[in-house]
Order: sequence, then structure tokens, then C-alpha cells
Amino acid sequence: MRRRTGFSINPKHLFIGGIVVCLILMFISFRYSGVLSPVKGAVGDVIMPMQKGINTVGKTIAAQGDKFVKLNVLLKENEKLKKQLSEVSYENKILLQDKYELDRFRDLYELDQKYADYPKVGARVISIDPNNWYNTFTIDKGSEDGIAVDMNVIAGNGLVGIVAEVHKNYSKVRSIIDDSSNVSGMFIKTSDTCVVNGSMEAYSKGVLDVSLIAKDAKISDGYEVVTSSISTKYLQGILIGYVTDITVEPNNLTKTAHLIPSVDFSRLDEVLIITELKEQLKK
Amino acid sequence: MKRIIIVIVEIFLCFLLQTTIFQWFSLARVVPNLLLILTAAAGFTKGRKEGLLTGFLCGLLIDLCYGYTVGLYAFVYMTIGYLNGFCHRIFVKENMTIPLILVGISDLVYFFLYYVFEYLLRGKLNIGFYFVHKGLPELIYTVIVSVFLYKLLNIINEKTEKKEEEEVF
Repeated sequence: MRRRTGFSINPKHLFIGGIVVCLILMFISFRYSGVLSPVKGAVGDVIMPMQKGINTVGKTIAAQGDKFVKLNVLLKENEKLKKQLSEVSYENKILLQDKYELDRFRDLYELDQKYADYPKVGARVISIDPNNWYNTFTIDKGSEDGIAVDMNVIAGNGLVGIVAEVHKNYSKVRSIIDDSSNVSGMFIKTSDTCVVNGSMEAYSKGVLDVSLIAKDAKISDGYEVVTSSISTKYLQGILIGYVTDITVEPNNLTKTAHLIPSVDFSRLDEVLIITELKEQLKK
Repeated sequence: MKRIIIVIVEIFLCFLLQTTIFQWFSLARVVPNLLLILTAAAGFTKGRKEGLLTGFLCGLLIDLCYGYTVGLYAFVYMTIGYLNGFCHRIFVKENMTIPLILVGISDLVYFFLYYVFEYLLRGKLNIGFYFVHKGLPELIYTVIVSVFLYKLLNIINEKTEKKEEEEVF
């Protein structure tokens, strides 16, 4: 205040004056609340646009800051979520497996209904013979579970094979596609008998050989072949498959054909074992 | 004249910053009281009169924009500016400690007056709660910010004084 020495006032008086002004303003705003609103409005009109402008800038800056602050949090959360995801997906896999298993069990159950007459035991395929291209496999039930040699094994829609070996808690099953397997079959519609031979060569095309069909059998493609009543080991009436490619043998005595098995042998998981043995002739 | 314009611009800028940008950087739901720093600084660097005038303007601005009772904040800020003016004598420019302490005390006074007018008069007696939840965080935050703001104000002050001296000679 070097320049305006003439304009000097005691700060104490100024303070008192200020207090008086404040008190007057307070009194006015209390007593006549509407009087000061135009002034307020005018000040607001000047201030608000500036605040708005700064706010938009500040917001973006704060958002940028937040990004950095939150980055660590997000990274942590990401890690946690990844962990959780792997856990959940693992659980999901297990559930899916259970679901597929359930589906298969339901299929088996339907089969069970179909062949309701026979007492059955479910079993799981636990290993396959690697040298034999799946023609024999091991199931997780043995003599302790009441399994015996020559019991019929079914799965899905039909015959899978026959129990060839029984151990204490596992058994070996020879499937009907095994090269040494012969099943006595029967056309369900015409009761003509035949023999279904497992053949590795034929099964490479997805079929089995059917031989010894009577020449006059009135059969055509798609006829169902079931285990025949004259078989010594197989119970009667279990579906084996559907016949195709019927040809008359050159000797003009019998027909041969191919048979599409009703069971998908490449995807066997659970099988049913019929615990009833075909009654043998007593010697 | 220039000085007055500069002070008014400072007040406006601080007001805008306090009401906008610093709201985005609020800690513990508390915003540093830039206008208080400005008022206190004006008081102890320039004198009682400047302090109370600056405080009056700051308070009036708040009153007109946010207050319900016009004049209340003006009174509070003016008082703070005036009281800081008494410390003009013990004030040394190079020393940072005194300004910080003064700003802290100012904020304490501000808190107390604010509490008296806004809460005590409405019968809310629990001053400890308000101090811990509002007063103390604001005090700390304000003191921290005042370190920077005070230096900035000092630089502006020195430049204007230099220019004025040049004009005189």
C-alpha cells in the first residue's frame, strides 16, 4: 500500500464494517429470503459454466488416475478370476462327464427295460486289449460280483460279447467282433438262422460277416438279427445288428451277408452283464 | 488496481478448483480448503486489511453459490483473514513452518466456526465426532496442499511486486 497512502483505513474499522455488512446480509437473507436470489443466480450463471468445463477436464483426469489406481486391483482380480475360472471349468468338465455317464446309464436303463427278463449287472470297461484292436476288453466286475464265464454282455442296443475269463474282481470280455467269435443268430422276422462271425477284415469296414443263411430265407437289407434259440452260450433274443449286402454263395446252397452291429464298439464305456447263463444240457 | 484483479482471479481460480477438480481427488470425502489457504496467506503475508477483504470475497462467493444464508461464510472467512493479519508481524517469507502452522490453526478455527454455525445451532453437540470425521482430515489435507499453493502464491506475489516497483521508478 505504498502507492495509495491517501486511501487508508484502520483494519479494525474495516473488520467491524465487514461484520456489519455480513450481519445485514444474513438478516436480509433470513427475513426476505427471495431478495438475494437474483444476485445468487447471476453469480451462478457466471460460475457454473466454468465449473462445468473444468469438471469435464477434471473428470477425464480423475478417470485416468483411477485407471492407474485400479490397474493393480484389476490385475489381482483378473488373477483371482482366472483361478476361479479354471476351477469352475474343471468342475464343469466333471459335471459334463457325469452328464454323459448319466445319458449312457439312461440308455442302459432303456436296454434294461428291453431285456427285462434277464437279471443284469452293470460294469465299466476299464481296459482294452491294445494288441487286439479292442476285440477283448476288461470290465471291473469279477467272480466276487457274481460274474461267471460265458455270461452275455450287452450295451447300448445289443450284444457286445461274452465273458471269456473271470478273475476275482475283473473279467475279460470277448466281443462279437473278435476274429474268433461266432454267434448263432436268427432273423427275428423270419426265424431263419445264421452265424455271425467276427472278422477283423470285415470290421475294418464296420461290419461283421453273416454266413450259413438258408438259400430260401426271405430276407432283405435292414432285417434285425438277434441271438438265436439254438445257441449254446448266448441267451435268446438279444439284438446283434442289421443285415446288409445279402449275396448267394457260389455253391448255391447258402447266402452270406454283412451285418452292421447295433453297438458302437469304438465307444464302449459301460456294459451290462446278464448274470443268467444259458442252461446247459446235463450230461 | 492490478493487485486487486490478480487477487480476484486467484479467488476465482481457487474457488473453481475447490469445487470441481479437487472433488475428484477428495480423500476420505474431504476436499482441501483452497479458499481458506488463500485467505490465510493473504492475511499473514499482506496484513489484516487484505486478509479480511480477501476472506470476505471468498466467503461471499461461497455464500452466493452454495450457502443458504448469505453472509455467514463471508463472516467466517473474513474473521480468519483478519486474525491471520495479526501474524503479519511474526511472518518471515523464507520460513515455511509458520505459514503451515497458521494455515492449520486457521482450518481449526474455520472448523470450529463452521461447527458452531452449522451444527451447534441445530443442537448437535457431538463435536468430537465431527472433528474426527470432517475437521481432522480436512485439516491434514489442507495443510498438505497449502505447501504447494502457498509457494505458488508467493511467486505470484513477488512478480506483481516487482512489476509495481518497476512502474514506480
